Amino acid sequence: MSWETVIGLEVHMQLATKTKIFSGSSTEFGQEPNTQANAIDLAMPGTLPVLNEEALRYAIMFGLAIDAEINPLSAFERKNYFYPDLPKGYQTTQLAEPIVGPGKIEIELADGSSKTIRIHHAHLEEDAGKSLHEDFADQSGIDLNRAGTPLLEIVTEPDMRSPEEAVVFAKKLHSIVTSVGVTDGEMSQGSMRFDVNVSVRKKGEEKLGTRTETKNLNSFRFIEEAIKQEVNRQIDVIEDGGKIIQETRLYDGDTKTARAMRSKEEANDYRYFPCPDLLPVVVDKETIEQIRATLPELPNAKKQRFIDTYALSSYDAGVLTAERALADYYEGVAKFSGEPKLAANWVMGEVVSFLNKSNLSITTFANERMRAKDLAAIIERITDNTISGKQAKDLFLAYLEEQDDIDVIIEKRGLKQVSDTGAIEKIVADIVDANPEQVEQYRAADEGKRKKLLGFFVGQIMKASKGQANPGVVNEILLKKLES
Amino acid sequence: MSITADDIAKIAKLARIRVDSDEVPELSQRLANILKMADKLQTVNTDGVVPMANPLDAVQRLRADVVTEPAGAAALQARAAFLAIAPSSEQGLYLVPKVIE
Amino acid sequence: MPDSLSNTPLHQLTIAELLDGLTQKHFSSEELTQHYLARIDRLDSNYNSYITVTAERALEAARAADNARTENKAGQLAGIPIAHKDIFCTNGVRTSCASKMLDNFVPPYDAHIVTKFAQAGAVCLGKTNMDEFAMGSSNETSFYGAVKNPWSTDCVPGGSSGGSAAAIAAQLCVAATGTDTGGSIRQPAALCGLTGLKPTYGRVSRYGMIAFASSLDQGGPMTRTAHDAALLLNVMAGFDERDSTSAQNAVPDYTATLNNSLEGLRIGLPKEYFGEGLSPEIEKAVQAAIKEFEKLGATVKEISLPNTELAVPCYYVIAPAEASANLSRFDGVRYGYRCENPKDLFDLYTRTRAEGFGDEVKRRILIGTYALSAGYYDAYYRKAQQVRRLIKQDFVDAFKEVDVIAGPTTPNPAFKLGAISDPVTMYLEDIYTIAVNLAGLPALSIPAGFMQNKPVGLQLIGNYFAEAQLLNIGHQYQTVTDWHKHTAPNIE
Repeated sequence: MSWETVIGLEVHMQLATKTKIFSGSSTEFGQEPNTQANAIDLAMPGTLPVLNEEALRYAIMFGLAIDAEINPLSAFERKNYFYPDLPKGYQTTQLAEPIVGPGKIEIELADGSSKTIRIHHAHLEEDAGKSLHEDFADQSGIDLNRAGTPLLEIVTEPDMRSPEEAVVFAKKLHSIVTSVGVTDGEMSQGSMRFDVNVSVRKKGEEKLGTRTETKNLNSFRFIEEAIKQEVNRQIDVIEDGGKIIQETRLYDGDTKTARAMRSKEEANDYRYFPCPDLLPVVVDKETIEQIRATLPELPNAKKQRFIDTYALSSYDAGVLTAERALADYYEGVAKFSGEPKLAANWVMGEVVSFLNKSNLSITTFANERMRAKDLAAIIERITDNTISGKQAKDLFLAYLEEQDDIDVIIEKRGLKQVSDTGAIEKIVADIVDANPEQVEQYRAADEGKRKKLLGFFVGQIMKASKGQANPGVVNEILLKKLES
Repeated sequence: MSITADDIAKIAKLARIRVDSDEVPELSQRLANILKMADKLQTVNTDGVVPMANPLDAVQRLRADVVTEPAGAAALQARAAFLAIAPSSEQGLYLVPKVIE
Repeated sequence: MPDSLSNTPLHQLTIAELLDGLTQKHFSSEELTQHYLARIDRLDSNYNSYITVTAERALEAARAADNARTENKAGQLAGIPIAHKDIFCTNGVRTSCASKMLDNFVPPYDAHIVTKFAQAGAVCLGKTNMDEFAMGSSNETSFYGAVKNPWSTDCVPGGSSGGSAAAIAAQLCVAATGTDTGGSIRQPAALCGLTGLKPTYGRVSRYGMIAFASSLDQGGPMTRTAHDAALLLNVMAGFDERDSTSAQNAVPDYTATLNNSLEGLRIGLPKEYFGEGLSPEIEKAVQAAIKEFEKLGATVKEISLPNTELAVPCYYVIAPAEASANLSRFDGVRYGYRCENPKDLFDLYTRTRAEGFGDEVKRRILIGTYALSAGYYDAYYRKAQQVRRLIKQDFVDAFKEVDVIAGPTTPNPAFKLGAISDPVTMYLEDIYTIAVNLAGLPALSIPAGFMQNKPVGLQLIGNYFAEAQLLNIGHQYQTVTDWHKHTAPNIE
C-alpha cells in the first residue's frame, strides 16, 4: 500500500533581544543558574510584566520577511498549567490575536522545483525555565534563567509531504530569520526548537490521519530522523490493524528514539483568558513601515543580487546566501580581493570545509580565526602571481595556525612561487633534455595526447622547483621550448 | 446548576488543590450556589457586545530592551537573597520532587 | 497647630494637624511614633488589626524624619505614622496577605507605594490584617484571625481592608493603605466610620501589591478625613513604568481643590441603589447627606444604572477567574508554604495548596477554574466580560448628565462576627461597591451618620480620574458635618 506523509511544524524561536520579554533580566546564554531570574521572572508576589519593545519589533520584522499580515491589534493571554519550570503557573502567550497573521515561505526542492509552505501565524510568548535531573536523587533542580526569554512561535500549515521537505523548509526558515537578525539561530543552544506534527494517510485520501506531535527537535538531522521514524511507526501501527493515538512524543537525539511523554498524557485544559496585567498591543501602519525600512536584505533578494553583481551561478549564490553571516563574509572577501569568483570558490571550498571539520561557526571564524580581509589577501597573492593555487591552500592552513602577517608567512615557509624566467628556463631546459623520448612523442602526437604529455612535463618541472615555479610561466616557456 | 463530585474532582485537579471526599458535599453545594447567582448573567442579551478585559481603553506600553539587573557577584548575591526564602534549594537551583517528562 | 488642639491627645489628631504639630515642634515624630506603638502594644489585642508591628524600623524612620525636618528636607508626610495593608510587599518585613501560604514570606523588594511613602518620610508602624488574599467582606478569612470592629467588637470591621480600617478607628495609626477589588476600601471605611478612597483603575501602581483580580485591584488611602486622604493620594498616585496598566495622566495636588465651591455640582442618585435590601435607616442617612449637598449649592436628580443587579454575578465570575491564575504561583517551589514530605510533584502542588490556602480562597480558585474551563468559558467568563462592558456603559451614560453619583456604600451596617456564613449572602453586601471596580471608576466613602450606633457610609462615585473632585466634595461635606469626628466608644 502507498502512504502519504503530512507534516506541519511549530517552531519556537528565541528572539535576539538583550532582555526578557517582560523583565529587564539578561537573556545571555550559559550563565550560572538562577542568576538571570529577577523578581518578575521568579513570579514573586505583586510583580508585573511590561512588554519588551525589541521583542515586538523582531516579531513584526519576521512577519514582514514572510509577507505576512501584521495584526494592528494583538493581545496576550494566559495559558494555565502547573509545571516547576513555569513560575507563574501560566505561560503568557498569544492565542486568538497573534501579532503575525498568515504568511508564506517559498522552498526549493531537490528536483529544482519550488513549493510554497503556508505559515498559519506566528505569536509572541515567554519561554520556560529548565528542569535538571542529573545531580539529585529523586529530585529535580529548577533553573529559571531561561524563563521569560522571548519566543516567537511560528506555526505552519500541514504543507510538507516528506522529511526532506520539512528539512528544506527548516533550513530556509533558519536562513530567513538569521538573515533578518531576529534570532541568533544557534540551534545547539536551543535558539530554534522544532515540534513536528506528523500524520500519514493513504495516497489519494483527502482526510488527514490522526497526528502526533514530536517535541523539541533542535537540529536539522533530528527533524529528519524523528519524522522518518514516526512515519514508519505510524504505518506499522496502521498496517498491523492498530490506530494512531493523538499524543505528544519526545525524541532523544542520543539514543535516536522517541517515546510518548508522560506528563502530557492527560488531556489538558489550559483555560486561556486575556492577561489582565497586559493591555492590547496596538501597532499602527507608520510603525510597520518604519520597521519595514530597517529590514535587511532577504535571502532570495540577496541570492539574485549575488548572481547579478558577482556573476555567480544560481547554485553558488544559493549556498552563499543560506546564512547571513556566511553571505556577509563572502561579500567581504569578494570586495577586498576584487575577485568575486575566486572568493566564492574559496569560501565555499576551503572555508566551509574547515568550519565543518572544526565545528566552528562562520561568525567565530570571521571574528577570531580569519577575517574576510585576510582571506582576500591570500587571494590577492594568487592573482598577483606571488603564490600558486596549491601554495595558497598551504598558506590558508598556515595562517590559521600562526595568524601572522601573510607575507611574513609566505617568506618564512618559502611559499613564494618562482616567476623569474631565467630560473624557470633552466629547469625547463633540464627536464626537456632529460626526457628526449617524451619530447619526440610530444612532437608527433595529436592535440589530446599532447595535453597529457604536457601534464607530464609540468609535473616534473614543478617537482624539480619544489612546487614554487609559477605554473603560468612554466607553461609558457615549456610550450615555446617543445615547439621550437 | 448542579456541580457533581466529578466536576469537583476535575477542577480541583486542574487547580492543583487537594479536596478530600468529606469536603465534597458542602463544597459542591456552595459552588452551585455561586454559579446559580452567576447564571443571572444568562438573562441579558449581549449579542454584539465586545468583551471587556480591562476597564481603561489604554494600550500596551513598551519597555526599552535594556538590562536592569546586575551581573557577576551582584547577580549571585541577588540569587542568594531569593534562594534564602525558597523552601528547598541546592547548588543555586530550586528543588522539587523529580520531574517526569 | 491651633492652640485649641495643643491639649488633644496625639492619637486623636488628623494628619493635617500632626504635620502642623511636627513643623512647629510641639512634638517629634519619635514621640508620636512611640505614642502609637505603645497604644498598639496595649490595645490591639482587642481588635487584632495588625499582623506585624515593626517597632524598631518605625522608630528608626521616625528619627530619620525628625532629622530631615531639622534640616528642612522633610518630605510630604515626614514623620506621620501610618500602616500598610499586609498585601503590599515590604522589603525585609514579612508580607503574608493574611495567608498561611505566605506566613513565612519576607520579600526582598518593596511595593511601589511602599517606596513612595518611605520617600515622603512616612513612618510605617506595621502591616495590617485583612481577608486572606483580599477575598472577603468581613475580615473573617484571615489566617491570623478575625478583626474586630472598634465601634462594636462583636461586629466585623468589613473587608478586605478590615485591619487598616480597625487600626484607624481604634486610633492605632492615623491613616493606612488599603486595596479595593470589589469594595475592600470603601466597605470597611463605611463600617468603621472612616474616609476611604478607591482611585481610578491605573491611578495607583499595582507593582508589589499582591494580586487578587488584576483588572479590578486598586490601592488607595484610608483616613479619618477627606483632607488626609488627599495628602495620602498625593503620595500614592502616579505613573509607574513597572505596571503596564499604570495611567500616565498628570497627577494634580489633591489638596489644592479641597475648598472649591460645590455650587452647581450635579449629583445623580441611581434609583437602583435605593431599592429592596437597603436598610431604611441607611437610606435616611444618605438622604440627609444629599440635603447637605443641596445646601452647598448642588443639584440632585435621579438617574438609572440599569445593569446594577448584574454587577455581583459579573464580578463573581471575573474576579475568581483572574484569581485562579494569579494564585497559581503559590506552588511551594520558590517561596512560601510547602507541605511536609511531598511524595511527588503532584502531591507537592495539591497538598501545599490545600493546606496553605483557606476555604474562601480555595472556593474562589475553584469557581474561577470552573468558569474558565472548556465548555464553560463562553457561558461564564466571556459573558461576564460582555456584561462588564454594559455596566461600564451605564456609568458612561450617567456621567453625560451628572458630575458625581451618590448613594449608600453598603446596604447594612457592620454585622456580627460569624453572622453570615453563606458566601453568596456575603457577596451581596458588596452590591453598591462592585460595579465601580468593574467600570474602573474612582469612588469615595465618607461617614454620613449612624444606625444602631454603628457608622453609615455615603458613597460618591466620580468620573474617570476625578479623584480631586471627589475629595473636594468629601471635604466640603466634612466642613459642614461632624460625622467623621465621632470616635468609637470605649476607645482609650
